[in-house]
Amino acid sequence: MDIHEYQAKEILSKYGVPIAAGGLAYSPEQAVYRTSEIGGEVWVVKAQIHSGARGKAGGIKVCKTENEVYEAANDLLGKKLVTHQTGEQGKICNRLYIEAGCNIDREIYLAFVLDRAKEQVTVVSSAEGGMEIEVLAVKKPESIIKIPVEPAVGMQAFQARELAFALNLDKTQINQAVTTFLGCYRAMRDLDANMVEINPLVVTKEGQLLAVDAKMGFDDNALFRHPNIAELRDKSQEDPREMRAADRGLSYVGLDGNIGCIINGAGLAMATMDMIKHAGGEPANFLDIGGGASAERTAKAFNLVLSDSNVETILVNIFAGINRCDWIAEGVVQAVKSIDLKVPLIVRLSGTNVEQGRKILEDSGLPLIMAETLKEAADKAVAAWKEATGK
Amino acid sequence: MAIMLDENSKVIVQGFTGHIGTFHATEMIEYGTNIVGGVTPGKGGTKHLDRPVFNTMKEAVAATGANASIVFIPPPFAADGIMEAADSGIKFCVAITDGIPAQDMIRVKRYMRRYRADAKMVLTGPNCAGSISPGKCMMGIMPGHIYMPGPIGIVGRSGTLGYEAASQMKKLGIGVSTSIGIGGDPINGSSFRDHLEHFENDPETKAVVMIGEIGGPQEADAARWAKENMKKPLIGYVAGLTAPKGRRMGHAGAIISATGESAAEKVEILQECGVHVVPNPSSFGEVVAKILEKDS
Repeated sequence: MDIHEYQAKEILSKYGVPIAAGGLAYSPEQAVYRTSEIGGEVWVVKAQIHSGARGKAGGIKVCKTENEVYEAANDLLGKKLVTHQTGEQGKICNRLYIEAGCNIDREIYLAFVLDRAKEQVTVVSSAEGGMEIEVLAVKKPESIIKIPVEPAVGMQAFQARELAFALNLDKTQINQAVTTFLGCYRAMRDLDANMVEINPLVVTKEGQLLAVDAKMGFDDNALFRHPNIAELRDKSQEDPREMRAADRGLSYVGLDGNIGCIINGAGLAMATMDMIKHAGGEPANFLDIGGGASAERTAKAFNLVLSDSNVETILVNIFAGINRCDWIAEGVVQAVKSIDLKVPLIVRLSGTNVEQGRKILEDSGLPLIMAETLKEAADKAVAAWKEATGK
Repeated sequence: MAIMLDENSKVIVQGFTGHIGTFHATEMIEYGTNIVGGVTPGKGGTKHLDRPVFNTMKEAVAATGANASIVFIPPPFAADGIMEAADSGIKFCVAITDGIPAQDMIRVKRYMRRYRADAKMVLTGPNCAGSISPGKCMMGIMPGHIYMPGPIGIVGRSGTLGYEAASQMKKLGIGVSTSIGIGGDPINGSSFRDHLEHFENDPETKAVVMIGEIGGPQEADAARWAKENMKKPLIGYVAGLTAPKGRRMGHAGAIISATGESAAEKVEILQECGVHVVPNPSSFGEVVAKILEKDS
């Protein structure tokens, strides 16, 4: 689960990470009021959306007068921002964060990530901040510093000091840097975050460290023990279809193709999508309906897939393990009868009681296309799609 | 021979009396797995499915001589149960539970390093369908009947895709020595590479099928290891050709978040390392059959 910049800053500041004065605004009036609370003469109006690269999308505006703040807020609230991370559909900005501007002397990249290869938290940092880490890894790979954290004892002060010196910080900034680094680590560990990123961590002309942007991502599997974090979820930033699916216990990812997929198991779902691609088609979605594919669940899956207006053919591929093909076939028949299906439907069943399952489908009188193998299913789906759409 | 589990495995079910534990323990007993008892804290001294229930793993091991365990404990408590198994002298543990926090798994992995090599437990999973040595022992939630005994080792992250591969082989009369599920989580108990080594040392296994997917470095690591150390043919597949970057495809670990984690990149590394890459998921059977033919 991702959270907004202002939420991440609120959390991290409690762990000793220095942030500039700032406040949240839901309206231009509120934004202007925040400037009087914050004081100073430069303010930054920042769109709160779940994406990086907001600056390039026009989501961050530096303002020198209250009027400019009002105009910036008026422009950004309710606006759809498109970045390379949001995809074409973009994300709507419903909240603004108004922050005191600062005089930047230099920018540092700082992140804490779950390192899958080393099975521990790794600190990733660079004295060349401001760029995205992917860009940094290509342009200045030698500048990237990686520090592994031993999970049994956590990050140690000496490691934080080593990093601070490696980043060429001034000796007057070392203590603040150590507090910042250790604070990020503790926040990550205490709250089951899987990512903390401060980019940039700024050294101001006055010699102070400041987290100018902050991002945190949390392990969904650990939210049960962090109700305070779970509360920070902003559903307006999530794909509505994926959210509906998650609420129904299904795992769904929307894609750009036309062949809707209903499959049990994440691996088989990905493999079936690969097969569609090999056959010359494009999958419209990833959908794992899980092991116990009941009639009710199958019906929900059909409704979900059909809610995507791009779907022009549906492919069902179920490998019955613990459950049985005859149960699943009944589920498919009930589901199709309960909805008004206007697109071709290809069904491939495999596994336990496959003969009985196929018979139920054949006897149902429904206009569905049966397939025996994965390849046959994908080929038939693409052929049916071409025939139905004339593409 | 087989790896990890066979007719000598004496299995304790952790989370025995819950409805999931009960259902799958019944299936495993029917298959012929030697389930010697179970652990559910607070229910020690009772009987379940005609087998003794214990409060702790140490009691269970002392009373039954168990050397393996399978975990159906709910996610908040599962990591603790795995560490309890490691500390009780269990040698092979299958964690079925889906949804264990990643940082819990980091702690589990760190904890397991405290044992000497000869006393170390091999953990598979979490978030896996389990493992099976056909005809000998099944520790998992898979349909046992789709696997027939034979010379092919399977190691994979996904449950149903593993079933797909096994049933394609069965149709061609090719059987399996052991099929290991390592699970779909980002931090898991043992890796592809670990099990390739076990299969390489197993005289009964003639070739190995590795079924990977997007996310993480394990498929590439295993392929590089195999290039240097493996004499048996290795057949590989990486699912998720159409998966977009940064989106989680069902499994907690199936997400492309860094360079080298996409299916196309992994396939390229596999090919460079001499792995026989299965061109599409409908041809596991054919590819394996061809390699067996060439070998004999």
